[in-house]
Amino acid sequence: MKKFTFTIALCSLFFSSCAQDHGPKIQDELGPKYIYETVVDGIDIPWGMTFLSATEMLVTEKSGILYYVLDGVKSEISGLPEIYVRGQGGLLDVTIAPDFETSKVIFFTASSSDGEAAGGHTALYRAELEGTSLQNLKQLYKGEGNTKKGQHWGSRISFDAEGHLYFSIGDRGNREVNPQDTTRDGGKIYRLNQDGSIPTDNPFYYEKGSKQAIYSYGHRNPQGMLTHPETGAIWVHEHGPRGGDEINVIGAGKNYGWPTITYGINYSGTPITSDTDLPGLEQPLYYWLPSIAPSGMAFSTSDNYPNWKGNLLVGSLKFEYLERLVITDNEVKERHKVLEGVGRIRNIKQGPYGSLYLGVEGKGILKIIPQPPLN
Amino acid sequence: MKYLLSIYCIGVFSFLGYMQQEKPLKQSILDGEEIYQDFCLQCHLDNGKGVENAFPPLAKSDYLQNNIEASIRGIKYGLRGEITVNGNTYNGVMVNQGLDEEEVADVMNYILNSWGNKAENQITVAQVLEVQKQ
Repeated sequence: MKKFTFTIALCSLFFSSCAQDHGPKIQDELGPKYIYETVVDGIDIPWGMTFLSATEMLVTEKSGILYYVLDGVKSEISGLPEIYVRGQGGLLDVTIAPDFETSKVIFFTASSSDGEAAGGHTALYRAELEGTSLQNLKQLYKGEGNTKKGQHWGSRISFDAEGHLYFSIGDRGNREVNPQDTTRDGGKIYRLNQDGSIPTDNPFYYEKGSKQAIYSYGHRNPQGMLTHPETGAIWVHEHGPRGGDEINVIGAGKNYGWPTITYGINYSGTPITSDTDLPGLEQPLYYWLPSIAPSGMAFSTSDNYPNWKGNLLVGSLKFEYLERLVITDNEVKERHKVLEGVGRIRNIKQGPYGSLYLGVEGKGILKIIPQPPLN
Repeated sequence: MKYLLSIYCIGVFSFLGYMQQEKPLKQSILDGEEIYQDFCLQCHLDNGKGVENAFPPLAKSDYLQNNIEASIRGIKYGLRGEITVNGNTYNGVMVNQGLDEEEVADVMNYILNSWGNKAENQITVAQVLEVQKQ
């Protein structure tokens, strides 16, 4: 019995040492105060948003509604494909094409049950926006291997300087099978041309059996993506299990390790792997322990928020605040807690005039305003 | 020949009858656990205790025990607005998870018979079918 108790004590010591907090300690925000103003209301889960102009935006509601918003007034856009709303899936990210002003092209990701097998997978669509309707809708990509699992659909969309489109699909609740296998969809970042064709310089383009659209693999559930405003690199954040949320800078053909290496453990508290670092597998730029459930990120590049210039802002779905990360030389130096208690943040974007906008569950779209406001 | 035909008919009808029969409670709870792990655990947690001020508990929840129909409706169609659970007020949104009737019945049976909860009656698929959006 004594031996048994001792083993338990040893085990808990082992796990507690594994579960030590990581990174700089989070601080309360000092300096100017910030408040928010609701600019669009009445949305349960505002998943994706994109700005068409200073007064117009598109917002997705996860349950399957795409809104056109003009001066805060929303209208439903018609012409969406059928959306398979299940678990964490539904209508996900939306973004405009880099040449939207002339082409009127938008891209969005959604859960789709297309195909023979029951269940669904994440799909990427392209359409032209005409007023409040979608024209020439085209499915550019759909993950194969439908499943009724509710988890890990991703998904976010971004572009590089040459106009390639990147989007994410999560591991679809099958971590042992999908993320490490480049012949399967799920747990990947994909790279396409805007017409849906696959760039021939993709890393697995000539690799037999592999999905040619894959750009990187070994991801769990990437729900944040942006193009770095200075380097142009694609940054992605993903949800870890219990612990081990990550920010990764995406490189061609790279393996980000899930679930071979992770800083997290199962929700139940049991280990997934004892490895956090192995040769050939990428280390994250940053990882959170404990998890904050990162849900969208944006760099603040304007002068609207005096202390925030160049900082990365990341939503915390779990702790219901915005986290401000001061990053120098690809290292997180400071962490600050902003807008504590704002609600479950789903997304953050910088708008045309440098203001920051949040998508918050049950609230809608909120604009962050420094207090006192700048002129 | 007649004999064979009647055997065949009995076989077919008993199979149809079997198909319509409710699955045993034990099986429903097992299937419900899988649904729970997949769709519910992230908010209501492994121990059914939820998260203070954010996600109400299911374990020993007076709301769940006393509002079976509303709970089924919440899972089937989503639940929003203020509810009081074990003396605490919650004002959140639980969105519809896209479960079919059988899955709703299974997960109800699981949460009604876990973490010290004990239900008198099994939730049936027919019962879930009857619950309408309000």
